[in-house]
Amino acid sequence: MSDTAAGLLQIGLLVALLAAVYRPLGGYMARVYTSEKDTRVERGTYRLLGVDSKADQTWAVYARSIIAFSAVSMILLYLLQRLQSHLPLSLGLPNVEQGLAFNTAASFVANTNWQSYSPEQTMGHLVQFAGLAVQNFLSAAVGITVAIALIRGFSRSKTDRLGNFWVDLTRSVVRILLPIAVVGGLVLVAMGVVQNLSGGHEVATVVGQSQTLPGGPVASQEVIKELGTNGGGFYNANSAHPFENPNGLSNLFEIFLMLVIPVALTRTFGLMVKDKRQGYAILGVMATLWTAFTFAATLFEVNGAGTATRAAGAAMEGKETRFGEWASALFTTTTTGTSTGAVNAAHDSYTPLGGGTALFHMMLGEVTPGGVGAGLYGMLVLAVLAVFVAGLMVGRTPEYLKKKITAREMKLVSLYILTTPSLILIGSAVAMGLETARASIFNTGSPHGFSEVLYAFTSAGNNNGSAFGGLSANVPFYNTALGLVMLLSRFLPIVLVLALAGSFARQQPVPVNEGTLPTHKALFVTMLVGVVVIVTGLTYFPALTLGPLAEGL
Amino acid sequence: MTTLLKTPAPTPAQVAKKAPSGLFNPKMLLTSLPDALRKLDPRVMVKNPVMFVVEVGAVASTILAFTDSSVFVWWIVVWLWLTVLFANLAEAVAEGRGKAQADTLRRAKTETSARKLSVDRTTEQEVPAASLQLGDLVVVEAGQVIPGDGDVVEGVASVDESAITGESAPVIRESGGDRSAVTGGTKVLSDRIVVKITTRPGESFIDRMIALVEGASRQKTPNEIALNILLASLTIVFLMATVTLPPFAAYAGVNLSIVVLVALLVCLIPTTIGALLSAIGIAGMDRLVQRNVLAMSGRAVEAAGDVNTLLLDKTGTITLGNRQASEFIPLAGVTETELADAAQLSSLADETPEGRSIVVLAKTQYGLRERTTGELPHATFVQFTAQTRMSGVDVDDRQVRKGAAGAVNAWIHSQGGKIDNALGEVVDGISASGGTPLVVADSKGGVARALGVIHLKDVVKEGMRERFDQMRAMGIRTVMITGDNQLTAKAIAEEAGVDDFLAEATPEDKMALIKKEQEGGRLVAMTGDGTNDAPALAQADVGVAMNSGTSAAKEAGNMVDLDSNPTKLIEIVEIGKQLLITRGSLTTFSIANDVAKYFAILPALFAAAYPGLDKLNIMRLDSAESAILSAVIFNALVIVALVPLALRGVQYKPSSASAMLRRNLLIYGVGGLISPFIGIKLIDLLISLIPGIG
Repeated sequence: MSDTAAGLLQIGLLVALLAAVYRPLGGYMARVYTSEKDTRVERGTYRLLGVDSKADQTWAVYARSIIAFSAVSMILLYLLQRLQSHLPLSLGLPNVEQGLAFNTAASFVANTNWQSYSPEQTMGHLVQFAGLAVQNFLSAAVGITVAIALIRGFSRSKTDRLGNFWVDLTRSVVRILLPIAVVGGLVLVAMGVVQNLSGGHEVATVVGQSQTLPGGPVASQEVIKELGTNGGGFYNANSAHPFENPNGLSNLFEIFLMLVIPVALTRTFGLMVKDKRQGYAILGVMATLWTAFTFAATLFEVNGAGTATRAAGAAMEGKETRFGEWASALFTTTTTGTSTGAVNAAHDSYTPLGGGTALFHMMLGEVTPGGVGAGLYGMLVLAVLAVFVAGLMVGRTPEYLKKKITAREMKLVSLYILTTPSLILIGSAVAMGLETARASIFNTGSPHGFSEVLYAFTSAGNNNGSAFGGLSANVPFYNTALGLVMLLSRFLPIVLVLALAGSFARQQPVPVNEGTLPTHKALFVTMLVGVVVIVTGLTYFPALTLGPLAEGL
Repeated sequence: MTTLLKTPAPTPAQVAKKAPSGLFNPKMLLTSLPDALRKLDPRVMVKNPVMFVVEVGAVASTILAFTDSSVFVWWIVVWLWLTVLFANLAEAVAEGRGKAQADTLRRAKTETSARKLSVDRTTEQEVPAASLQLGDLVVVEAGQVIPGDGDVVEGVASVDESAITGESAPVIRESGGDRSAVTGGTKVLSDRIVVKITTRPGESFIDRMIALVEGASRQKTPNEIALNILLASLTIVFLMATVTLPPFAAYAGVNLSIVVLVALLVCLIPTTIGALLSAIGIAGMDRLVQRNVLAMSGRAVEAAGDVNTLLLDKTGTITLGNRQASEFIPLAGVTETELADAAQLSSLADETPEGRSIVVLAKTQYGLRERTTGELPHATFVQFTAQTRMSGVDVDDRQVRKGAAGAVNAWIHSQGGKIDNALGEVVDGISASGGTPLVVADSKGGVARALGVIHLKDVVKEGMRERFDQMRAMGIRTVMITGDNQLTAKAIAEEAGVDDFLAEATPEDKMALIKKEQEGGRLVAMTGDGTNDAPALAQADVGVAMNSGTSAAKEAGNMVDLDSNPTKLIEIVEIGKQLLITRGSLTTFSIANDVAKYFAILPALFAAAYPGLDKLNIMRLDSAESAILSAVIFNALVIVALVPLALRGVQYKPSSASAMLRRNLLIYGVGGLISPFIGIKLIDLLISLIPGIG
């Protein structure tokens, strides 16, 4: 079978798998967040937390709960790293240095999983599964709760209540993430992913030296790494490591795991706003962009760049031979489109335009289909923006899902679309302006070096977590700057989205008629695709020119 | 029950033709120049964040141009200032049109004195009009100007309201009823009335109108504020993209000058819509004024675009304001032609639409040529008056009369005639069917008798059905309001094609209907003129009061139609929509423009450092300088080019939201993407000839 046929077959299989679970999972999640009943486990959790599960929260209380919860999570994760050597299962590793501990805590709480360190040489088993893996569940659940609160903002009317964060959080973990993770983990083990608590095997290599192969609870962390669009690998090599991602099948399954919740959430959205077509439209926008980026990345990689790579047939440097360009490009597009940040190839080694495609894909704001929850609320905010302009063009004060977009909503949307680009551009500018920060660049003097920095801030600013490589990020400047960017770009938008949800929930719905802008048709889907590409593209175009474009053209 | 006559309702196009001042005249650019220069004051500019950024950039570039002088830099500086100036010019031109109207209104507001009555109405005192207080009573007689807004409390008079409406035909104002309101500055032509002043000095209708058309009281409307927020945030985003560029460029070994960065920033921020936004708003209000509608707030104009339900009064809106003769029914012993002849004779002096319709019917149906008064030298015409409710003519010894059944019967009695029972039956039959009977009688040689009855019917205006179909396509529901009984109302509603009707409507019914619609989240628009309409007018989201109505109605509504033409409600909705469409389309255009500007400027900045980037120079612009300058010039010129569109509003055709979006996205989105590529290339071809640039 030719590479192209195999590649297309993989994509076809992936789409078929997603299509198969779309309705059941989307419908199941809608029921999870609309059900009145608590399970016994949940009731126990609420009693433990001292939470009244029937209490409906305003947007402000909901937001305060998220911030408080995440702050506590971050402190615990920080302490766990700082006290590692005094705790069991440390594998004899020392305490994590404070700058790195801050960066890592911020990274995992913000669902980014940017890793400035080599995990197998830094984190013991306890930190891995009691700290990082726990946050992989919780930070993912936080993202989903925000999306659900925004959906409720649309579906409810004349109320200031958006639901209960603690209930949404608990249900996200207990009813959605955990069950899928258990099943998915077993599937991964069956596919050959490692799962043990061993410290490492001493093996003799063919050249006669000895090498330590570290083991650990890999599969259990691998599954939530993808499912919760986290991306933080058990090993430094992440999903390129054969213990994390042994073969083509596991590769495809991991891609599926990254996409499954963000994709199915559009169904949940459609069901909860009582108009399934709206969910299809949002999915349509996500799918269009994802497909376009997948084929662009594949095209650039397969055709290679430069005489040497073309002579070799493709740009294989930095890619695993067991995956090839198609499966690598597919993984890369998915990981950058879902804010996962797991990698099965070195993005640094991609052709300039291929790497640029991954960079630009993140710059879209992680909405194709984006992180769990975050992708949906990000896309819905952009939809509000598109509706505002499109709605004017049909001669009505704009409305989306029966809710009017007034100055207050526009203020929140405007702040939302300002936050991430500002953080990324200012962060990159400061880094490029500081001598010490420039010293971390590997490919100095070439546009590739600038791409390393831009990629790092873009990855942090969009809570992606993948690294371009090259850049030595475990230095005080990057640990601090990227840590701050990750936290601000995660929680400022969350507060804004919840405020937006509160604002929509208070409104009385506007009746839909012939004069209403249809937001479920192909025309609107096209317009929203244009808004996503143009609004984000225009912001970053100058920076992209000096990075990947300068290198690749 | 109803007949259809060829009397079309005015289409928007026709109305637009009536308002030539709504079109853009290039001369206005020159006359508005002083105003535009005055607006350069930063304290004024800061209200428009997008253009304020351009002004700050222009100031910075000017200062730097002195230290780092070159032909290129000075060209950029000049065009940056022109960009600001063009934006101010757009606003000044829009405001200028209002100023001309305000001047006309001021002339009407000349210093007048008032004849104030004492409380017991016995003595009169001459006082300045400006000193009148609420509740004061003033006497106004033929030839005098009414000193202030108020209600007629005594008498009937014809009033020339051309000062505010531009309509030269006088109108009747009388005490009691719905035609009691008079406006200060208008002139009494006949009779004597006593007016009770209802506004304080300085707050009169004319004062408010002057403030409105001048734009002095103009406040940003809710949607305009929302759009401004979006534009401000886009400006900040591009500011970020620009200020972070120097450290990126420095790494590439490129040293970017401040002037070049300002040029890039100005090209990227949404200057096109930023420059035209307030002009669009002013022009929207102005389009209403052109149609003789005064909106008391811009909010109401926007709400008009959102209206879901239109409550339309049957009379004057759906049917012709007056009923029309449809049939002559002779009594025994009289032929139809005889009756038609008498009816026509007696109506020659009746200038009311009903009277004219009788003459027309006699001509079309019985071939009776309309006789001019000159052909009847011995005739004495009896004018129709509100008191006699009859008109007629005395020719030699014959007297012919036509009028309301009661009035004509009384006349027959007074002439010594008798009333036939058959007459009563015909009259009652017509009344029962919802029509209006008019009795024709004559008196010859001392014998007075009734000749027959004229049947007046409601006539649905031509084109209403199409209008309502369009409304439905736009998602607007039309409800006909009428005092008629269910049966009559249903027949007219069906014929006119409205979605629903409210028969035997009382003001309370109207109010209840509005509240019901609003509870469902719908926005309601209505017209009204009576005092009992006031609560409903206030409740409606768009309440258009007729200028002929009472002060209470005018106070309660948020718009006043000076022509007192209820059909205009439909046009008001269209103007509201057009205002929003213009904003949305130009915003789309403005943002889409940026793509081409990047392709012009970025290769110009960086192709020297990274030669590969020259591939982005897809327009093949002459040089780096010419590329940047061309983009700046295009950016400035596009503002001027779009001023006429901003003032006129984009073309609006009632259609479904999908169709409208497709059309506007194609023209302003795709057009906005492509046109700057062409424009910048053309400008580049020209300026590459300039020494020091090319």
